[in-house]
Amino acid sequence: MNTFSDSVATAIALIAGLDPTLAAIVGRSLAVSAVACVLACCIGMPLGAWLGVARFPGRGMLLTVLNTMLALPSVVVGLVVYLLLSRTGPLGFLGWLFSFQAMVVAQTVLVVPVVAALTRQSVEDAHVVGGELMLSLGASAWLRGLLLAWDERYALLTIAIAAFGRAVSEVGAVMIVGGNIDGFTRVMTTAIALETSKGDLPLALALGIVLLGTVLALNAAIALLRRWRMLRDDRVLALEGVPG
Amino acid sequence: MSALIQLKGVAVDFGAVAALRGVDLRVAAGERVALVGANGSGKSTLLRVLHGLLRPAAGSVLRDGASRQAMVFQRPYMLRTSAMNNVALALWLSGTRWRQARELALAALARVGLAHAALRSARALSGGQQQRLALARAWSLRPDVLFLDEPTSSLDPHGKREVEALMAEFAGDGMTLVFASHNLGQVKRLATRVVYLEQGRVLADLPVQEFFDGARLSQVSQEAGLFVRGETAW
Repeated sequence: MNTFSDSVATAIALIAGLDPTLAAIVGRSLAVSAVACVLACCIGMPLGAWLGVARFPGRGMLLTVLNTMLALPSVVVGLVVYLLLSRTGPLGFLGWLFSFQAMVVAQTVLVVPVVAALTRQSVEDAHVVGGELMLSLGASAWLRGLLLAWDERYALLTIAIAAFGRAVSEVGAVMIVGGNIDGFTRVMTTAIALETSKGDLPLALALGIVLLGTVLALNAAIALLRRWRMLRDDRVLALEGVPG
Repeated sequence: MSALIQLKGVAVDFGAVAALRGVDLRVAAGERVALVGANGSGKSTLLRVLHGLLRPAAGSVLRDGASRQAMVFQRPYMLRTSAMNNVALALWLSGTRWRQARELALAALARVGLAHAALRSARALSGGQQQRLALARAWSLRPDVLFLDEPTSSLDPHGKREVEALMAEFAGDGMTLVFASHNLGQVKRLATRVVYLEQGRVLADLPVQEFFDGARLSQVSQEAGLFVRGETAW
């Protein structure tokens, strides 16, 4: 067998045998991204909902900045968070650099623009149709945003899953602020980079397979959610019967 | 009769387009005012100004501060929840506690004959039922004035009849109605007064009998005269 097939076979054996090192890295990786995703949703969804309904001078520029931040390079985020959390930085007193929390902060910063921008688009589309009614009922901009966001909850769930996919698959930010410390801040992406450079291809490949599997599962979840929504909408249309 | 709303010289612009120009209008308690005119004549814009959804670029809008208002739109927007919650939410937004709002919502649904559908998804109701639900939502707020923007335009004849019957009942209870419509029969059946708009201007404001008399209307607008005589359709 060649090196690749050997590595694949060993990688599959590691996964099948629930190798403790592999399991610890996968568990840590999922935990960091899950916490970051929850925080990003808590910040990004209300912000996006408000931006979807509020009209104020400078909104257009703010949206341009937000949309630009969708393409924020993860290493830049890592660098900024590093500077903030470093001993001489404004948040240095927290002592979070090279910790689980630092990785969570970096991934949160990375994912908030994704959540906010996509939520804004979703809520703004709903506002075009339902905004006048909300206004007629006397709802403030905040309430309109929150009610329409709640009404678009299935779309928002898709956004949350997509955000998790973005967080779990990034490498630059967590490498810089986490330091890739074995048994402490090593996550799937940083471990793959390290093990590949060390030549330990089976572990790198095993982690790669798990990471791909995770992203695949997330995409499958999004597809299933979309399909379920479409079926639900079709059912509603069928029940409507009479046009309008 | 006391004026619930009074517009003086109201103008609304959408960019370069003048949607309303120099509109004077007075709506008194108990009236049933129909706004008629071709598409783009300014009916919907006028309704939104009357309801306070649009702020005019010029002119003044005076409202009786004590009066309550509600609006029913051409295509009712329903939240992804039950029919009862859609009504309860409107009440909650007006300051009613949620538990009481749900009880009042049930009463409102019963008022429009939808009590059986209280727990059904609002979006799964038929077009006619959704419009009745929109009427229940508006009625639950106990408005003094109800604005309706072509409430039956997208409904089948059965749905039209149901909605019209409810509008007539609401008017019978003393509610002031201001509605936009292309349906002459509906205007004859429901209105006490007709306001005719053309290119953002009020060209005629007449009691319903005089409006359909046609002679006076033909003097102010050839198009309106043709319409009332049934020689053209909007």
